[in-house]
Amino acid sequence: MLEFYGTHIGSRLLTGTALYPSPQILCDAVIASGSKLVTVSVRREAARSRSGQGFWELIKQLDVHVLPNTAGCKTVKEAVTTAQMARELFETNWIKLEVIANDDTLQPDVFGLVEAARILNDEDFQVFPYMTEDLGVAEKLVAAGCEVLMPWGAPIGSGQGLANPLAMRTMRSYFPDIPLVVDAGIGKPSHAARAMEMGYDAILLNTAIAKAGDPVKMGMSFAKAIEAGRLAYEAGLMEPRDMASPSTPVAGTPFFKIDSAS
Amino acid sequence: MRITINGEVTQTRARTLEELCAALGHGLDKIATARNGDFVPVTQRASTLISENDSIEIVAPRQGG
Repeated sequence: MLEFYGTHIGSRLLTGTALYPSPQILCDAVIASGSKLVTVSVRREAARSRSGQGFWELIKQLDVHVLPNTAGCKTVKEAVTTAQMARELFETNWIKLEVIANDDTLQPDVFGLVEAARILNDEDFQVFPYMTEDLGVAEKLVAAGCEVLMPWGAPIGSGQGLANPLAMRTMRSYFPDIPLVVDAGIGKPSHAARAMEMGYDAILLNTAIAKAGDPVKMGMSFAKAIEAGRLAYEAGLMEPRDMASPSTPVAGTPFFKIDSAS
Repeated sequence: MRITINGEVTQTRARTLEELCAALGHGLDKIATARNGDFVPVTQRASTLISENDSIEIVAPRQGG
């Protein structure tokens, strides 16, 4: 059962809400995917525009958990203030903490991330840190109070899948009891399945569904891939081997001769 | 009085953050605010005075990844 900070989440597919062709397709895709947790943001509201109000009504109709982010923040101060505003807006202590170091890679500023996580945890936030797969950073985030870790698979929006599978496996082994979510970089359902087969607890993605030719169908596809990957992990994958090993019994093979066995 | 709202320099006669939000037509909208980089909870908007050259952020829910 998937739990974040003691809250049960009914699906291991977590979805973003941005980049969809229309609000209706966003809703249809979320419902079709079975996702029970969506990410949202806070953005400047122009005078008399009320555009945020309509979006909020839409999200409420979906009746899913909401995880606000601090996307675009580049300093600890910006991230903390954005988190505080998000908490009031969305009425949740959950925050997907992003402190961005570089515009081209959208790589996390892990130093700022740890500092912001410490501040927010002290203010009773429940922090979901968007991070690299660095174990040292992960340990510092856990020490700061984070009970969920969200390493990137690859840069946000790149669709590259798991750029560093060895490190991702290591992270899973190193933190067997902490919910681990692959956040960012997933482009295909097979990427998601691979991470789930490694034992990751959930996948958070946005672009791969929202920018698909048919986001509704792609949402369903990711749901199936993630479920398949999870089942495979629970079932226990076979160990790969270098040489062939016959699956059909050798004993009793017709025309078998001992000197042809090698 | 000259202030900056969401990155744009503007003039206002509002004395408090609550008056400013109302003047901008936000009324009962679901918004959150910050003044000079610090979060201002909704309960403190009425008592938060606006000063010359203040920088105000007014945000609302939006799509996110």
